[in-house]
Amino acid sequence: MKPVKRKPVRPVKKPVKHDTRQTRTAGGNFVDKLHAYRDHHAHALFSSLGRLVATPFTSIMTIAVLAISMALASGFYIMVINVQQLTANLESSNQISLFLHDEVANDSAAQLANNIRQNPNVQSVKIISKEQALAEFKTYSGFGAAIDVLDNNPLPIVLQVLPKNSLQDKQELERLFKTVEEFKEVDYAQVDMQWVERLQSIVEVARCGTALFSFMIGIGVLFIIGNTIRLELHNRRDEVMISKLVGATNSFIRRPFLYTGFWIGFISGISAWFINAILMLILRQPVEKLSGLYEGDLHLVFLSFTETVELLAIASFLGIFSSWAVLIVQLRHTRPE
Amino acid sequence: MLKFDNVSKRYPETGDVLNNVSFHLQQGEIAFLTGHSGAGKTTLLKLIAVMERCTRGEIFLDGDCLSHVKERHLPYLRRKMGFIYQDYKLLTDRTVFDNVALPLAIAGFGHLEIKRRVRASLDKVGLSGKEKKFPQALSGGEQQRVGIARAVVNKPPLIIADEPTGNLDPELSAEIMLLFEQFQQVGVTVLIASHDISLISRMNHRVLKLDHGQLVL
Repeated sequence: MKPVKRKPVRPVKKPVKHDTRQTRTAGGNFVDKLHAYRDHHAHALFSSLGRLVATPFTSIMTIAVLAISMALASGFYIMVINVQQLTANLESSNQISLFLHDEVANDSAAQLANNIRQNPNVQSVKIISKEQALAEFKTYSGFGAAIDVLDNNPLPIVLQVLPKNSLQDKQELERLFKTVEEFKEVDYAQVDMQWVERLQSIVEVARCGTALFSFMIGIGVLFIIGNTIRLELHNRRDEVMISKLVGATNSFIRRPFLYTGFWIGFISGISAWFINAILMLILRQPVEKLSGLYEGDLHLVFLSFTETVELLAIASFLGIFSSWAVLIVQLRHTRPE
Repeated sequence: MLKFDNVSKRYPETGDVLNNVSFHLQQGEIAFLTGHSGAGKTTLLKLIAVMERCTRGEIFLDGDCLSHVKERHLPYLRRKMGFIYQDYKLLTDRTVFDNVALPLAIAGFGHLEIKRRVRASLDKVGLSGKEKKFPQALSGGEQQRVGIARAVVNKPPLIIADEPTGNLDPELSAEIMLLFEQFQQVGVTVLIASHDISLISRMNHRVLKLDHGQLVL
């Protein structure tokens, strides 16, 4: 005698026949179940960490590879943000230099400077007299002795015009440039912008390159963690089989492995942070020395708090995601025998 | 409780292993599944555990169809059965307590309830005080009893035992059979695969005999 319709197999819904036979759901109310669920998660969280600690050699090998990869990516990022802040400082030096005709006297130069200051687009005008220019040239060019040989000063008076919001509005800058260039005292006018623009596009290329590089590293990290989890799953095959036979759902079986992936990613992220911090400490002195030589005030920038949190979040996410992907595929092929 | 309805199982390599097997175990019944090796005992048990699906026919457990259950519903169904294996299938890196607690943790019990039930279950099989031991530190009979404690801790309505006394001496075997009879008395259905003819004949329970994939009465 065949039953007409198959009953769906679904937990909970059916009334339980005996108190002693309640097998589908845990006893207790919702709060108890919630607590049990939380306890179970806590247990999975710490037992997976315990497993990593129990096999220190393997764990350290895996985490070292991941940490160095992540440190490379974040190291490049740190390099880019440092160069970026350097060029950000340079923006203010986007000035127009006006080289005046040789016969223009200091008085008329000062008058011209006042004239230009009236322009609403000009922030400031600085006069570099012939004498100042010569003194500066002697100090910095290394040709001091050669200059002394000349009987008269060949350098012109220079007006340094600093425009307002120099880079933001190119057309405005162009117009200002045209205006100041027209003055009859001006022999030659030059915007110091081009090289800054070039430098900034180099930085842009570096930034883009770093993003691509980090992406590749991220993919690599996914594969490394995925493979680690696959091996772990293989080593704990018996446990998976037995759990399945006593009624474990796939999500129950996945849980400890997901936590393992999380720990691997998270610890690697922290290690990458420390690797970069050590590199920065080593680099700080030479960079400050370099900065001193250029009279600049260049300070190394490290990852901010938010960026650190982001690094750890990305690292943890990569760990969880790759484990999850591997488990989805592998558990489908794991059937109890 | 457990019903086989014209169940056949064919493997592509070996042909029919089970052929039109039909039987019905009532609630609270003990039955022995016996037959020469290769008669299909293991296959039949695998069909109950849904480790394999039958080729034809249908299997029902407590009204639920085992032969067509969806993969995602399977775990909840397996919680209604307690399996006992000849090789115990214990987790060697976990204590006796953790081994027995596994089905409860899976079912989502809180740790207090788990503790209580594991204690009761170990007490039942006579292993109280050995919670913290690891399986290797126990004798074969004790390991088998850990396996039994694990199978019954969740109070499933059906217990399936595959050669539970295969590795045990007659005295221990008798003890374990006594345990099964105790479970039967509280309404649990027990199916025991065994080829220990003397043991089976001593116990005077229903016998399902398989011969070349067919049930002979």
